[in-house]
Amino acid sequence: MSFPWANEYKPQHPVMQWVDERLPLPRFVYNAIGGGYPVPRNLNYFWNFGVLSGVALMIQIITGIILAMHYYASIDGAFNSVEHIMRDVNGGWFIRYAHMNGASFFFIVVYIHIFRGLFYGSYKAPREMVWLLGVVIFLLMMATGFMGYVLPWGQMSYWGAQVITGFFSAIPVVGEPLRQWLLGGYAPDQATLNRFFSLHYLLPFVILGTIILHVWALHIPGSSNPTGVSVKSESDTVPFHPYYTAKDGFGLGLFLLAFVAVTFFSPNMLGHPDNYIPANPLSTPAHIVPEWYYLPFYAILKAFTVDFGIPFTGIVIIPAKLMGVLAMFGSILLLFFLPWLDTSPVRSGHYRPLFRKFFWFGLIPSVLALGYCGMMPAEQPYVMISQIAAAYYFAHFLIILPIVSRIEKTLPLPNSITEAVTGKPLETAAA
Amino acid sequence: MVRLIAGLVGLFFSGMLLISLVTGAYTAVTEPVPPTVESQFVKHPKKVSFAHDGPFGAYDKAQLQRGLKVYAEVCAACHSLKLVAFRNFEEIGYSEDEVKAIAKGWKTEVPTINPETGEPATRPGLPADKIPSPFANETAARAANNNALPPDLSLMTKARHNGPAYVYSLLTGYSAVPASLPKENRPGTGLHYNPYFANLNIAMAAPITGDDQVTYDDGTKATKDQMAKDVAAFLTWTAEPKMEARKTAGWAALIFLIIFTGLCYLSYRTIWADKKH
Repeated sequence: MSFPWANEYKPQHPVMQWVDERLPLPRFVYNAIGGGYPVPRNLNYFWNFGVLSGVALMIQIITGIILAMHYYASIDGAFNSVEHIMRDVNGGWFIRYAHMNGASFFFIVVYIHIFRGLFYGSYKAPREMVWLLGVVIFLLMMATGFMGYVLPWGQMSYWGAQVITGFFSAIPVVGEPLRQWLLGGYAPDQATLNRFFSLHYLLPFVILGTIILHVWALHIPGSSNPTGVSVKSESDTVPFHPYYTAKDGFGLGLFLLAFVAVTFFSPNMLGHPDNYIPANPLSTPAHIVPEWYYLPFYAILKAFTVDFGIPFTGIVIIPAKLMGVLAMFGSILLLFFLPWLDTSPVRSGHYRPLFRKFFWFGLIPSVLALGYCGMMPAEQPYVMISQIAAAYYFAHFLIILPIVSRIEKTLPLPNSITEAVTGKPLETAAA
Repeated sequence: MVRLIAGLVGLFFSGMLLISLVTGAYTAVTEPVPPTVESQFVKHPKKVSFAHDGPFGAYDKAQLQRGLKVYAEVCAACHSLKLVAFRNFEEIGYSEDEVKAIAKGWKTEVPTINPETGEPATRPGLPADKIPSPFANETAARAANNNALPPDLSLMTKARHNGPAYVYSLLTGYSAVPASLPKENRPGTGLHYNPYFANLNIAMAAPITGDDQVTYDDGTKATKDQMAKDVAAFLTWTAEPKMEARKTAGWAALIFLIIFTGLCYLSYRTIWADKKH
């Protein structure tokens, strides 16, 4: 499971020896995130975001458990119970704002974590399982975030639930019954709120379990690194503790600084004002927009404006709405196939000149453009921009990457991590 | 096989998007969408500054008290403030006794039941009561307001973009209908032109009609502008009563974290000092 030179856990204190002989939990922790886990010595700051994602989840779970003690899942009482938390619960405003902005920061760090994986080829063998579990975590996060946004039962909560569950009604034949089954009625109502609350409380623990699998799968081959070259000897690695605990501590400080700045000084910056209006099924907001972290996917959904059918006959095979829904789910599901679409043996984008160009000048701008267009109303030129960006997004993963990995002439790789870091060949390099 | 299927799926999605793009571009050229009337006439909120703006800003309690007076004497005739209790007025500088007096003297009494007969009744307010609403229910509110519903104001400044400036602009923004406004967008019966309102026609008649509409206890001249600004500040407080505690805690947290992060950085440098990376 680990490199042969990994430090062995040797408890000094008799109590720890006693525990370790009966239940080797300290040993497990030591080998997972302590001195017993050798990690490449050359990780850059982008490798901080895995730990930061874990911290963000813990912030959400802790603040969420406290919120649930005061929240009341009722269509008549939910909105006021949130305001009760904001006004009358001791420190409630902090817990609620931390949870609200914590969700955004969770997505920020996870997005950086995902794009780090995309650039450095972290999804490639032997880490495919790490990547697949990561995509599962991302899907679970999206479901959890959506259901959490419904709980305050404001206008965007209600209409967001209406729109998102409406996706399912695009499915032929079973769509409408499926939607009613999900909602527990014809429209979002008490049954919907109750089940969303239940699931919103459940899913974070499912995420936690999946993260344990994600980290477990990671520890089989060990962490990747910016060169993408596999670890070859002890001098390529350092023990996780104290080296990366110290670096992650510094990264955590920076993360918390940004989180605190937004939570305390501009807590509603990332939210939508309409969610401070109680839900009203009779009044549709002018623009229904999801939370910012769903905007690129929302833009993909809206980008499909033409039915797929047989030209000049009026026969529609796939209506535009269904295609939008398929494409939106497809845009995430395609990530499951990424390890087999990108066949280049070179992992890191540093050594892939062609891949790197498509990454920085294609993928990143198109995702940002999709996010921007998702926020704007369905008008020109935003629809056209989102169509170009979405077309690129699908082409990037499904067409460009397989071709690039075949035709690209990659740059020479360093012989080892140690050589890349010290500039000296492995044999002569000390420490 | 995976790559072949993926390529076909990619071609299909990208192709449909490009067809959508061409169709959309063709429509945009042949049938250009005229700009909406709202986009031409609706104005952004005016620039206005408050004592509570910025990371160091704190509420001007005298202003909040003036704003409360405007709310109580003008707005409260139609608009509820359901999330605020009389006891909360201690936070804007009133003493316990003053709060008792405000609650007792509030124009609308608190609904209750007659303890003898069980019949609906009212009683004077107590500090623990939420501010009583001017109308018993939505139907009563609509019946009295030409079928329009005056919204609750507790969260109004957070429920609109740039809320405090929006409230101030709306209150001072009533103006004559511009001659160029298309006929179908002109205010109908019971509606009033206001370019700061989303659809230009608002059911609320200008509530602040002239100087000295209220008499301020602190001697401030009650100009229209002053009253609008004071009530906007007051409604900022009703929407975000814990703002000052939040900013104070925020500075403490930032200072703590700067020290924490600095120490972490130093230990990171020390631990890594002998490792090239």
